[in-house]
Amino acid sequence: MTDTITSPARRGLEAPAGLAKIWPAGLLASLVWAAASGITLALPDVIPWGSTELFAALTAAGALTLVTLAFTAEGLGRFGRAVKAAGPWLIALGIWFALWEFTTAKTGWLPKPFFSPPQGLLHVYVSDGARLGLCIAYTLRLWALGYFSGVIVGFLTGVGLGWSPRFSYWGMPLLKLIGPVPATAWIPVTFYFFPTTFDASIFIVALASGIPVAILTSAGVASVNRAYFDVARNLGASTLFLISRVAVPAALPHVFVGLFMGLYYSFAVMVVAEMLGAKYGLGWYIQFQTAYSAYANVYATLLIMAVLCAGLVKLLFVARNRLLRGQEGFL
Amino acid sequence: MADGSAFPPQGISLRIENLSHSYRIEGRALPVLENISLDLKPGEFVSLLGTSGCGKSTLLRLIAGLEPPLEGRIVAGETDVTAPDRSRILVFQDPTLFPWRTVRGNVALGLETDGSAAHRGDEIDAALRLVRLDAFAEAFPHQLSGGMAQRVALARALINHPPLLLLDEPLGKLDALTRLSMQSELLQLWRKVGFSAVLVTHDVEEALLLSDRVIVLSDRPARIVAELPVTLPHPRHRDDPHLVALRAKVLALLGADIPEAIA
Ligand SMILES: Nc1ncnc2c1ncn2[C@@H]1O[C@H](COP(=O)(O)OP(=O)(O)OP(=O)(O)O)[C@@H](O)[C@H]1O
Ligand SMILES: [Mg+2]
Repeated sequence: MTDTITSPARRGLEAPAGLAKIWPAGLLASLVWAAASGITLALPDVIPWGSTELFAALTAAGALTLVTLAFTAEGLGRFGRAVKAAGPWLIALGIWFALWEFTTAKTGWLPKPFFSPPQGLLHVYVSDGARLGLCIAYTLRLWALGYFSGVIVGFLTGVGLGWSPRFSYWGMPLLKLIGPVPATAWIPVTFYFFPTTFDASIFIVALASGIPVAILTSAGVASVNRAYFDVARNLGASTLFLISRVAVPAALPHVFVGLFMGLYYSFAVMVVAEMLGAKYGLGWYIQFQTAYSAYANVYATLLIMAVLCAGLVKLLFVARNRLLRGQEGFL
Repeated sequence: MADGSAFPPQGISLRIENLSHSYRIEGRALPVLENISLDLKPGEFVSLLGTSGCGKSTLLRLIAGLEPPLEGRIVAGETDVTAPDRSRILVFQDPTLFPWRTVRGNVALGLETDGSAAHRGDEIDAALRLVRLDAFAEAFPHQLSGGMAQRVALARALINHPPLLLLDEPLGKLDALTRLSMQSELLQLWRKVGFSAVLVTHDVEEALLLSDRVIVLSDRPARIVAELPVTLPHPRHRDDPHLVALRAKVLALLGADIPEAIA
């Protein structure tokens, strides 16, 4: 009963108590999703995009799910609350689908090849799904190798820079010099130093993710409250203990900021890195399809990348909340 | 002091010779300690009294070995103090708990430095019970009150059984009742274990109730103004006429004008 003001049960005795349990935004969302489905099915395509019926069926299924949820979300606990919170977005999404279909596939106001209707993107997944799946696997392999090696080296470098004045004397100017240079600018040199383009690509991704981690870790370690070190030294801590059990945990909130930044940067450079003579991968796919002006394929791929990145960000948040458990008041 | 308990005295002696110290603030020297000399017998309990900012915390930091003194010498037991050591543990004025560790994790800190925390869980529990925080073992520092945090800091020190315990207003943030009970816990522990202790406090009565000797310091730079032995047997009572007389004397030494009216 969060929305007591709009609840009809408040207005009069004749309103059945059951009505109060309806989720109005869900009903509205269901309506606009049904409209999107109707537009897709009823109006003819001015340009053939394929997957018209499939898109109509999927939006119709969405509308049916939403109308069911409109009557049941109240009793679904946590899931129900999450769905209700997404209500305005679900409405906007339905409107967006309807307008998008109408202006592209149904009227051609936004012309091919620059614009693609949602059914066009869907058709890409349907018709080229196997190849895209393989590209996703290749991209994730490159990302994982690059990100994790970069983040590990960046973290260790950051701890060294933050801890040791001598290391910092030599390292900090270098980092400040390299830091602002976009990782992709190193491509020519990397090709000279690395035996294969795959190794070079890993290096570029590693560099992009490692540098923010190094900068933030060093800033975090250097700014640890000196009193923590006094406490630990007083209790017999060795230097290793001071680094691993005091400096690093105290700097962890900073480290995570670096990890998030590194994640975004790694995705940004990955597309470029994959364009360098790779045989598969989402970046390669984008480049390949751009050459044929197959923009629907490009958009479909960009959508995949956005979802992958968002998923990884979400995972990182879960890891962060776990590791920084209990520190809410401190952060 | 010797009450015939089964535990042999564990305390170590402390010798401070002509200690002087100053800090640099914006290029100028700020003298903080001036020619302090002080001796503690093993197992002795000494309190330091002085006005705010006179240099009491600084003296404890030097004894703990967290900073080297500019002049003079500190000998704990048989060894010169040059670095921090687990045999001299300071309970800081500010509890400074690690916010990323639970209460239990904070108390275990000293045991982790020698790797013994894993098999000494019972001792951690006992230390938490001693400061009445067993129910908060899994809480994080930001969920504690100021006084609770102070008690965690006390447990974090006591669990190491230091032969010399340095206490910097460890009960400062406690309510009157908890304070009284923590005082008596501390006293019992001291009588049982026999560690040596240096206590900094603003509470004259607390100093007189707990210690063998009360040292009154001057304003900054701190010099020793007076040393008053307190020979009353434990348990002491705050309205003991001898103690009341001592209290008036200490307050006068601290430079208070009103105390005669109160005392
Ligand atoms: N790290 C430091 N750098 C510079 N000056 C300091 C430092 N620590 C303490 N001081 C100065 O030394 C003087 C004594 O400080 P100290 O903390 O020893 O006082 P205190 O007697 O413990 O006071 P209180 O009773 O208020 O805790 C103060 O004037 C303070 O400004
Ligand atoms: Mg102090």
